[in-house]
This record gives sequence, C-alpha cells and structure tokens, in this order.
Amino acid sequence: MLEVRDSHAYIGQTYVLKGVSLEVRHREIVALIGANGAGKTTTLSTISGLTRSRRGKILFRPDPDATQRDITRVPAEEIVSMGISHCPEGRQVFSDLNVWENLLIGAYLRKDKQAIQSDLQWVCELFPILGDRRRQSAGSLSGGEQMMLVIGRALMSRPRLLLLDEPSLGLAPILVEVIFEMLEQINAQGTTILLVEQNARMALELAQRAYVMETGRVTLSGTGRELAENEEVRKAYLGAT
Amino acid sequence: MGWNRLKWFFPMLILAGAILVFILRSSVNDYILSIICFAGINIILAVSLNLTNGFTGLFSLGHPAFMAVGGYVAAILTFPVTRKAMLLPALPSWLAAQQWSLLPALILGGLCATLAAFLIGFPVLRLKGHYLAVATLGFLIILQVLITNLESFTRGPLGLNGLPLLTNLWWVYLWVVITIYVCWKVKHSSLGRSMLAIRENEMAAECLGIPLSRTRIMAFALGAFFAGVAGCLWAHLVTAITPTSFSVIMAFHLVVMVVVGGSGSITGATIAALMLTSVVEILSPLEENLGAYGISEIIISIGLLLILIYRPRGLFGTQEPAFLVKQRQRVSGEVGRSLSYQNGKGGTS
Repeated sequence: MLEVRDSHAYIGQTYVLKGVSLEVRHREIVALIGANGAGKTTTLSTISGLTRSRRGKILFRPDPDATQRDITRVPAEEIVSMGISHCPEGRQVFSDLNVWENLLIGAYLRKDKQAIQSDLQWVCELFPILGDRRRQSAGSLSGGEQMMLVIGRALMSRPRLLLLDEPSLGLAPILVEVIFEMLEQINAQGTTILLVEQNARMALELAQRAYVMETGRVTLSGTGRELAENEEVRKAYLGAT
Repeated sequence: MGWNRLKWFFPMLILAGAILVFILRSSVNDYILSIICFAGINIILAVSLNLTNGFTGLFSLGHPAFMAVGGYVAAILTFPVTRKAMLLPALPSWLAAQQWSLLPALILGGLCATLAAFLIGFPVLRLKGHYLAVATLGFLIILQVLITNLESFTRGPLGLNGLPLLTNLWWVYLWVVITIYVCWKVKHSSLGRSMLAIRENEMAAECLGIPLSRTRIMAFALGAFFAGVAGCLWAHLVTAITPTSFSVIMAFHLVVMVVVGGSGSITGATIAALMLTSVVEILSPLEENLGAYGISEIIISIGLLLILIYRPRGLFGTQEPAFLVKQRQRVSGEVGRSLSYQNGKGGTS
C-alpha cells in the first residue's frame, strides 16, 4: 500500500532522515519505534507531505487494485484526499471550536454531505464520549478525550491509511489501553495504520510488523513478536536487563 | 419551534433596520445622519477585517490600504466629466469620459481592492504574526507614496475634492447588511471552519488537508473587497479623498474594534464599531469645550487596556450570542440525540 524508498529529509539545516525505507501492506498495523530524535515523526510528515524529502520516493496505492502513485512531491491537501490521514503528535485539537466542529473540519475536503453525517455517526459509535460532548469546546476535554477527538477527526476524511504519531503520549496506562483497543477496532474495519510510538511494548503487541529507527535509519524490522523477543530491542526499548 | 423563530429573525431584523433608516432619515439632521453613516462604514470595516484578523488569525494592518484603492478607483469613475477635465487634465481620454453611478463604481472599487489583495497576498501571506503586521503596514505606506506620485490620476497630495455626495444611509445600510450576511455565511460554512482551524492550529489544519495559503488568501481578498467598498462609501460621504485619508491611525482603530468585540465574533465587531464611533463623536465636543484635544484617544486606549486585562478575548470571544445560533446547534443536537439512541441500540443488540 505504502512504500517509502530511501527517503532523505532535512528539518531546517538538520539532516534527519538518512535513507529510510519501509513498507506498509493493506490492512496492516505497522509500528515505528525508536528513541527520541531517531526521525520517526519526520518519517510520518514526509509521507503526509508536511515535509519534503530531498531524495527518495514515496509510493502509495489506496486500494489493492488501484494504480500506484508517486506522492513524493504531491501537496499535503491532495495526499489527504487520496486517503492518507496524519494525526500529528501531541493532541492537536482546535481548542476554541467545539467537538462537532472539530470533527467536521476533518471532513473538509469531502463534498458528500450524507456520507459525512453517517461517518459522524460512526465516529460517535467508536467514541461515544465525543457524541455526548459534541457542544463542548475541544480545549475543555480531558487529555484522553482530546486524543479520541484527534483520531476521530482524522477518520472523518475516510482515510485508507492512518498515520498516528504517539497516541499514548501523556495518557494514563488505562487510557492507553482503551485507545489501542480502538485502533485495533478501526484496523479491523479496514483502515491500515502506521503507528509511531515510544511505548514500544504496547506498540509491538498491537502491530503485525514493526520497524526500529535509530538516528535517521531503519536498523531492524520484523513482525511485532520477533522484535519484542529480540535481545537488542528488549534492552534498548523494553527495559530488559 | 426555535427553527421557525430563527428563520424569521434575520429578515425581521433587516426590516426593522430598514424602518429605522427610514425614520432616521426623516427626523434627524444631516450632521447626525453623517455620523450614523460613519458608524455603518466602520461596521463594514470591522466585520470584514474580522475575516483576516479574527477568523484566520492573520494580523493585518492593511485594511486602510484597500479602502484607499477602492476609494480612489470609485472617485475617479464617479467624478463628473466636466470637473475631471478641469482637475485631472492628464487623465487618459477613455477614463476621462466615464461618469459612473455609485453602485457599479462601488463594485469595481471593491474588485480592484480584491485584486490588490491577491497581488500582495501571495508574497506577504507566507509571513506570520508580527511580521505580517509589519508587511501589511509597509503595503499601506507604499500605497500612500504611490497615490501621492501618480499625479495624473490622483492629483497627488492635493487629493480629489468636490466628489459628488452619493453616499446616503440607504447605501451604507445595504452594504452593512451584505457584509454581515456574507461574513456570517462564511463563518458558518466549511470555509469558515477551515479559517478558524488555521487560526487555532496551523499544523493540524494542514494535516487535515486544508490548503493553508489558499484559505489565507481567500480570507484576505474577501476582507479587501468589503474594505474597498467601504472606502468608496467613505469617499462619497466625505466628498474628498487624499493620500492621508486612510492612515495608520485608522488601521489602529479598526484593529481595536476587532479586539474589543472579540476576534472572530461578527456581533462583537458590529457592537464594538458602533461603540467606538459613538464614543469618538460624543467626546469630540468635550475636547473642544475643554480644549483638551486627544482626550478621546486617551479614553479609548484606557478602555482597550481595561478590556485586554479583564476580558482578554474581547466582549464576545469567537462566539456569537447564543440566541442567534440556536438554530444550527439545535439541528446538530437532533443528530446527536438520534445518534446516542442508536448507540444504545447497538450496544444492547
């Protein structure tokens, strides 16, 4: 579905991605783990078009039978309309707007009014709390609710591929579990997920496959279980001694 | 029921305003009428400035520049041919032969202001915050210099005087209604939500596929159109226009109106424009009697400080008064209720 080939990217003057290659297949959950500053977030933003890569290719095929397209130089809004939705790091809600307006902004590029209504319904089924709080301003929600809102808002563009940046950031363990269960459910309903996580244990449990990044390169890859059992990964990211 | 009430509320309000205009025109003297016209023009300016400074979070000080564009374009078009031959002998003959009525001149003036907004929007709207404020201020100054030096069209620093007095309260009222209506529609549309989204969180907005620069330019250009129209109305009310008519002080006053009303609130901008205009008019006789010129500026500045301290988000914040938007919330409320009902059903089955 998504193929990143030898991507090189700079943030300002800093050389962040030094040749990242990875692949996401249809209906998979793929995790991207690694220390701070490894380039995980930059990898996501090169995919969604927020950052331009200097070298390399990013190829995307929304459905198994669709034609593959090179999205390396495509503007961000077009990438969203092709079916990639990016949830940036740190619960970026529109705090002054209410929950309902936040969700509607997620559907900004869509014109099919009725389908938008039924998707609002779908999102409220996934996260009933959002339906209950629809008229509250997003800034007044708790951290967990804001995270749900951000995910729900990203789903409103009907993505084929959801890019998630650290959904567990700053959330209580119990809430992280709730969120991860939701991700599993969203994935089961047909959305492919590429997940960036610091919480390596949870991420490797959830993901079918995973990549480990270090200083701008992918250093390891394998199934979630393989990596969870890998000695180096256990030492570096799972706290084993 | 609430639906019906609101469906009739706005047309009734417009009608009530029209009746008020009618009564005022037959009962009040010309001086007070012209003050009311200025208040109306200020409403147009504050509400349209709200599109950029309020909704989209672009701090622009360039509004008077767009007024100047609109004002000069319309003034040249409506000037009687005979006077034009006298005052502006160097005008190209095709332009010298024009003598338009107010409405087409207003619209063309507005469109020229929009065009100017597009031209400066592309380079300038890459900037943010203070940088944008400085850049738009620069545009205002460049435009003043340009007008001063384009003597064959503008008579330079002398300005154009003796314009036909075409603006009356009906025209002002018409454009107040159009401006508020358009901005209201924009605010409650998907375009308006995307503007607010950019103001709230640019990165998240970009992630959701909102084209940042296109939306910014839209807000800027739409605001400029109404500023251009307001400039024409202003010029044909004062009946004179010079390069310094549209000044930095004016930009400051307009920004104050938006801040006092609440960035993003149309109701707030309208009320603040009315308040500020009347405060200035009430205080100016006081200034003359006491010989204390500038006291109105001091009072306005103190008022602004007090509002920034005690109500930093302005009188209304981003919101409109609840009774005006109930309709929309009620509809979505119904969707929400049917949703939670279906949720319950889904949960038990």
